[in-house]
Amino acid sequence: MKLLVCVSKTPETTAKISFSGDNTQFNEAGVQFIMNPYDEWYALVRALELKEKAGGSVTILNVGPAANDTVIRKGLAIGADNAVRIDAEPKSSLFVAKQIAAHAKEEGYDMVFLGKETIDYNGSEVGGMVAELLGQPYISFATAMEVNGSTATVTREIEGGVEVAEVDTPFVISASKGLAEQRIPNMRGIMMAKRKPLKVVAATDATDLAVVASYELPPAKSAVKLIDPENMTELVRLLSEEAKVI
Amino acid sequence: MVLVYAESPKGKFKKSAFEAVTYGHKTAQVLGTQCVALTLGDTENAGQLGKYGAAKVVSVGDAALNNFDSQVHAAVIADAAKAVGASVIVVSHSSSGKALLGRLAARMDAGSVSAAKAVPTNDGAFKVKTNVFSGKAIAEYQINSANKVLSLMGNAIQPEEVGGDVAVEAISVAVPASRVTIKEVKTVEGTVPLPEAELVVSAGRGMKGPENWGIIEDLAATLGATTACSRPVADTGWRPHHEHVGQTGVAVRPNLYIAAGISGAIQHLAGVNSSKVIVVINKDPEAPFFKAADYGVVGDLFDVVPALNEALKAYKATS
Repeated sequence: MKLLVCVSKTPETTAKISFSGDNTQFNEAGVQFIMNPYDEWYALVRALELKEKAGGSVTILNVGPAANDTVIRKGLAIGADNAVRIDAEPKSSLFVAKQIAAHAKEEGYDMVFLGKETIDYNGSEVGGMVAELLGQPYISFATAMEVNGSTATVTREIEGGVEVAEVDTPFVISASKGLAEQRIPNMRGIMMAKRKPLKVVAATDATDLAVVASYELPPAKSAVKLIDPENMTELVRLLSEEAKVI
Repeated sequence: MVLVYAESPKGKFKKSAFEAVTYGHKTAQVLGTQCVALTLGDTENAGQLGKYGAAKVVSVGDAALNNFDSQVHAAVIADAAKAVGASVIVVSHSSSGKALLGRLAARMDAGSVSAAKAVPTNDGAFKVKTNVFSGKAIAEYQINSANKVLSLMGNAIQPEEVGGDVAVEAISVAVPASRVTIKEVKTVEGTVPLPEAELVVSAGRGMKGPENWGIIEDLAATLGATTACSRPVADTGWRPHHEHVGQTGVAVRPNLYIAAGISGAIQHLAGVNSSKVIVVINKDPEAPFFKAADYGVVGDLFDVVPALNEALKAYKATS
């Protein structure tokens, strides 16, 4: 089975968020970057498990500058066979999706994996875009997947529960928590990753149709109002009269 | 024209559909045009969408559309947009809406914004705000393309009644065959799903064990709230995974979030920081969650939660 896993580079979850250039740019100074957890922990690992069971290959794809190579190498250390980096600054979701789709069209993958969202822009858009550009089904927010031949049985999150669906390859799938268990790269993997192929290719022409014009930080939270634990009637009064939420 | 896809799971609209139509109506006003609502599959009383500002409702009643497949639905919605002459599409930021947003944007070569939290502005450029960095910042996007697709964050705006029922016009749009077969749907009945809940009572490791959850369920029952939990609680199997709120779990945006015995790790806060009002109950006054709280109670949750429940019952009895 020929599998593609799309990975993003994101600030780590506890990074301090600030902006520069008159609030038009994310301030990267002092920020540590990681592979987007949904891509790494769930999408990549489930793809590797499928390959280990049924054979085939796992390719990692990233759209980004050379600085992203560390994140890509980590994916190779975890077990992907090879990697492709499309050399472009990813500024909008449709731009990124068009790069992924152009590569996937050429290669013809059985499954394209992505995390359910990136933890920086939280858009959840690219998976659906890639599926549409490839004309393939899209299974979003998958928490479990079993594959039998070319048919996958997938459990996906819906409002207040889950749905179990069957779909034949090729398709695009986005990974939620539960699809697989995080793997930590070992020494051998890290050494081998250095020798695995990482191909850098030029970007396909595409325009950014929606871009961030400016950022702002949420209004500072006013200090917490402490309520006497013996006086819950007062808390109820505040929730009703001041906060007006009950 | 602005086209709003009003979801009708099992034939019925949820509040999120009325929010989307209200949002579509306000967006249409900003653009100086009209809002048309679209329903797919079986729908009860689609004309009521007029109350929230739809100038008319168009429907594609094919029963095949009762099962959601983003590929089929996106094709039908895009064709419906063409049929009514709409260049702006609004969907809810639900599990289906998230899948549709990307597909529609790619299909229509449209700029898109995910989980819009405010009505767009259009002073020379079309701009929409949304939360980014898991709610730690807000980004204002500018869309430069003629076609635009937006998903609306739940509970970002409230449905507003501005008119009465309108006519429903069946339109003829080709419905492609689905390549996804739905085998089973398992949903929890009787409670509001967490992503849509307006009131949430959540608890963490301070509960000491799953056998103690009765006081949380009692409080939730009094409020009519949905129960939730922190990640360690779901990971140890004290509570089901669908209750896990946080970075890797469900993101909630209720009017009221009550957290008992949760310290407030940054990953948990990422799932709750869109809540309007947060109440934190914890015996540790240094718990980081207090910094994100509107109201705090420093005390033993095994005393405080039942006392709060009694106070709420007394309040409900008199109001």
